[in-house]
Amino acid sequence: MSEIIKALNLKREFMVGNQKVLALKGISFAVHAGEFVTFMGASGSGKSTLLNILGCLDTPSEGEYLLDGISVKSMSKNERARLRNRKIGFVFQTYNLLPRTTALENVELPLMYNPEISSHDRREKAKMVLEAVGLANRMDHTPNQMSGGQQQRVAIARALVNDPVIILADEATGNLDTRTSYEIMALFQQLNANGKTIAFVTHEPDIAAFSQRSIVLRDGRITRDEVISKPASAADALAGLPKEEE
Amino acid sequence: MNIINLFRISLKALYSNKFRALLTMLGIIIGVAAVIAMLAIGQGSKQSIQDEISKMGSNMLMIQPGADMFQGARMSASATQTMVLEDYEAIKANCTYLAAVSPMVNANGQAIYGSNNTPVGMQGVNEDFLHIRKFTINSGRMFSEREIAVSAKVCVLGQTVVEDLFGAGVDPVGKSIRYNKIPFEVIGVLSEKGENGMGQDQDNVILAPYTTVQKRIMAITYLQGIYTSTTNEEVTQKAKAEVEAIMRSQHNIKEGDSDDFNVRSQQEMLTMFSSTSTVMTILLAVIAGISLIVGGIGIMNIMFVSVTERTREIGLRMAVGARGRDILSQFLIEAVLISVLGGIIGVAIGVGSASIIRNTLHWPVVITSFSIVLSFAVCTFTGVFFGWYPAKKAANLDPIDAIRYE
Repeated sequence: MSEIIKALNLKREFMVGNQKVLALKGISFAVHAGEFVTFMGASGSGKSTLLNILGCLDTPSEGEYLLDGISVKSMSKNERARLRNRKIGFVFQTYNLLPRTTALENVELPLMYNPEISSHDRREKAKMVLEAVGLANRMDHTPNQMSGGQQQRVAIARALVNDPVIILADEATGNLDTRTSYEIMALFQQLNANGKTIAFVTHEPDIAAFSQRSIVLRDGRITRDEVISKPASAADALAGLPKEEE
Repeated sequence: MNIINLFRISLKALYSNKFRALLTMLGIIIGVAAVIAMLAIGQGSKQSIQDEISKMGSNMLMIQPGADMFQGARMSASATQTMVLEDYEAIKANCTYLAAVSPMVNANGQAIYGSNNTPVGMQGVNEDFLHIRKFTINSGRMFSEREIAVSAKVCVLGQTVVEDLFGAGVDPVGKSIRYNKIPFEVIGVLSEKGENGMGQDQDNVILAPYTTVQKRIMAITYLQGIYTSTTNEEVTQKAKAEVEAIMRSQHNIKEGDSDDFNVRSQQEMLTMFSSTSTVMTILLAVIAGISLIVGGIGIMNIMFVSVTERTREIGLRMAVGARGRDILSQFLIEAVLISVLGGIIGVAIGVGSASIIRNTLHWPVVITSFSIVLSFAVCTFTGVFFGWYPAKKAANLDPIDAIRYE
């Protein structure tokens, strides 16, 4: 299987005042196509820094990072913007949808920055992914007319619309209640089952249990990288929850 | 990212903040409207002064005794007694470019008819004066050469004097009025001429033979001025030179000595008044321009607020692939849209208010396409200029910080 992500001895240092702080102290791993990986770690473990590098928002101070076989380290800002636009889908904890903008237009956003896609294709593509996340009847709703779970689905649709090689989710269930979290995880599992590669940052072990592989970070190093032989099914977990009171 | 998408994004951002965008535009709207209205008023007054002066007789040439030094003291023009009837006769006889020449003596006093009286200047002139000042006789007749020769006590009244002395609907021809206690027979009435460019009532005048004014009212022998009109406008300068030569020889002025008179043409007056009103127009435009700058600063202010408020949006756009350039263009287009939309509305309001001023206050108003183009160019420039810095700030945001900005 091809390697979507290849990290070789990644280091990242920041200057805090006059002091050098090493947020990543040499991290190596690979993510293959079709994998569903969770990154776990307490705050300060370096998982956000790692996610920024994986998402091409930041570059490592040392080491090599290949995304879909392309070396990111020496890329300019504009080249990285283009790479993000074509190969990455982001899902954030706070959804980050544009206010007063319909779900459809929110989903279209990444394609707006791709001049190769016509406005007709853009619309069709956006409709398709919105249907895929189960929001066919919510396309004209603005974020403030939707629940948290629906908003996160729109965000996931937005992450899917450019056919990314990997979806990077940053605490994507952090703002949601258990039931909705499971619904979102079920959606992620379904996407993964359809072949999407997913990297999911979280600090909740029960969320990590839904993935196939869990990488744990502590103080800028990988302390554990294990394959989960039998991932839990989010759909089953959802069915197991006590019925919501009417 | 193509330009159509950028416009779509910017329009959408403006539309979602309609009220704020409108308030920001207000600065530009007021600025542009002010520029257009002010320039229209300035241009209008300039135009009307030009019209009025040429109505007074564009080929008029006035010769007045100079405000000159007499034994070391500078004398006022009216106190100078150096201009005499011989000068008039010499000019009339020798000058080839003049169509009409008239002496001029001014008396001030009170005109009385019955129980009515009014203060009015009496101008002592000859029959050519009508032609020079483009006066016409409404009823009755002008006095004749013979009446001038005998210093006849006859006069021609302006419309204002008629109204003041006789009231409406009375024909004053044949009636007798008293001017400074001397009885005058009214032999004619002038047609109405209205105000001149400087706001003076040209109908508040009594014309009488200059001989009468000289001898019977003022008891003087000199003239206060000579009014002439040239055969046409083109020869004004030649006529002026000729008149000056005649006057110098009449007054025995040696070469190198300064004139004791001055000759002014209506064209010079025209230039003089036009230049004052040009200065006025520039001043008005500058004041209005300042309000445009203030409007521009308003745009900058709001764009800064907008950038800060939308930091997360900017971060998200960058995360999904917007380059710094795309963000810069987006905010710049927003700023330009605000200023150009404001400009369009401002032009409409400016043109509208100029028309209202014309229709209600009856001020002369001239809207030039130049002023519209100018204010449009300025406000587009304002948008780019004041939008640049906030847009640059947005473009330079770090997406990592921006997307987690609270």
